[in-house]
Amino acid sequence: MSLKLSDPAATPAPPPSGLGMRPMKIVVAGGFAAGKTTFVDALSEITPLTTEAPMTSVALGVDDAGEVSTKTTTTVALDFGRITLSDQTMLYLFGTPGQDRFWFMWDELSRGAVGAVVLVDTRRLGDCFPAIDYFENRSIPYIVACNSFNGQLSHDVNEVHEALAVPVDVPVLALDARNRAAAKGGLIRLVQHAIRRRHAAG
Amino acid sequence: MTARPPARFVRQFALTGGRARSSGAPLPFETLIQTTPQGRSAYATLTPEWAAIVRMGESPISVAEISAHLHIHLGVARVLVGDMEHADLISIFAPIVSENGPDTALLERLLHELEAL
Repeated sequence: MSLKLSDPAATPAPPPSGLGMRPMKIVVAGGFAAGKTTFVDALSEITPLTTEAPMTSVALGVDDAGEVSTKTTTTVALDFGRITLSDQTMLYLFGTPGQDRFWFMWDELSRGAVGAVVLVDTRRLGDCFPAIDYFENRSIPYIVACNSFNGQLSHDVNEVHEALAVPVDVPVLALDARNRAAAKGGLIRLVQHAIRRRHAAG
Repeated sequence: MTARPPARFVRQFALTGGRARSSGAPLPFETLIQTTPQGRSAYATLTPEWAAIVRMGESPISVAEISAHLHIHLGVARVLVGDMEHADLISIFAPIVSENGPDTALLERLLHELEAL
């Protein structure tokens, strides 16, 4: 595919890096009100957008009237932001829809993702368990970011690491999701972790 | 009893001839599009949605953003974009998708670019 729009008939030439223009994405997960939208907002160059995806759920079974299925249509809202890193890399940050019944959407968002930032409110540690289980079970690289609301953490990160029982190599850090530099630091830790995982896998 | 989808939902899929998916594998939400010279010159002849996408695609933009800006469902945006690529109105830059995510070279590039941000 050529990036040159002026002459579509020209033989497509690879861009200098050889990697080409690529969108990439990072998933931002966590419990309700853990700071997902705040985190995306701190980093995004555009006002975070919301879009909707239709969801069709088919409830299998036979009801009293003898119908074999009931089909309902609803929508799931997705929040996302964008960071243009170069003329070759656009990084998208997708917040996960919170409810468990939207796991199919997590699958869609996680496919091909660099990895995930799991935001944690240390006052409600348990809220992040489903997200951690999800990424752990699918071997998707993730970091745990304890959102230090107002610079306060109710537990230190070592306690959190232990309490969550995540593998020792998974970075667990504290950051203020409102702070752009801190949020960027979280993304860097995630990418470093994903690269280490790649090397470890050979 | 079957729940009826809301009218807005039905209307949106009318844009795609009732199809929920374009031919081929569904495009990831972060897939980028960019308008081609053909798209630019065909602008005046296009349906309002296609014309809007051609205009937005002057600089690279994702399927997710198209969906948000046009207030259409992601699935509908995917179908429109797939059809428009088929008509050579836009180019598509899809992510390199593998089960394990991007390869090491892409991750290294991403890391350097993030550090420079």
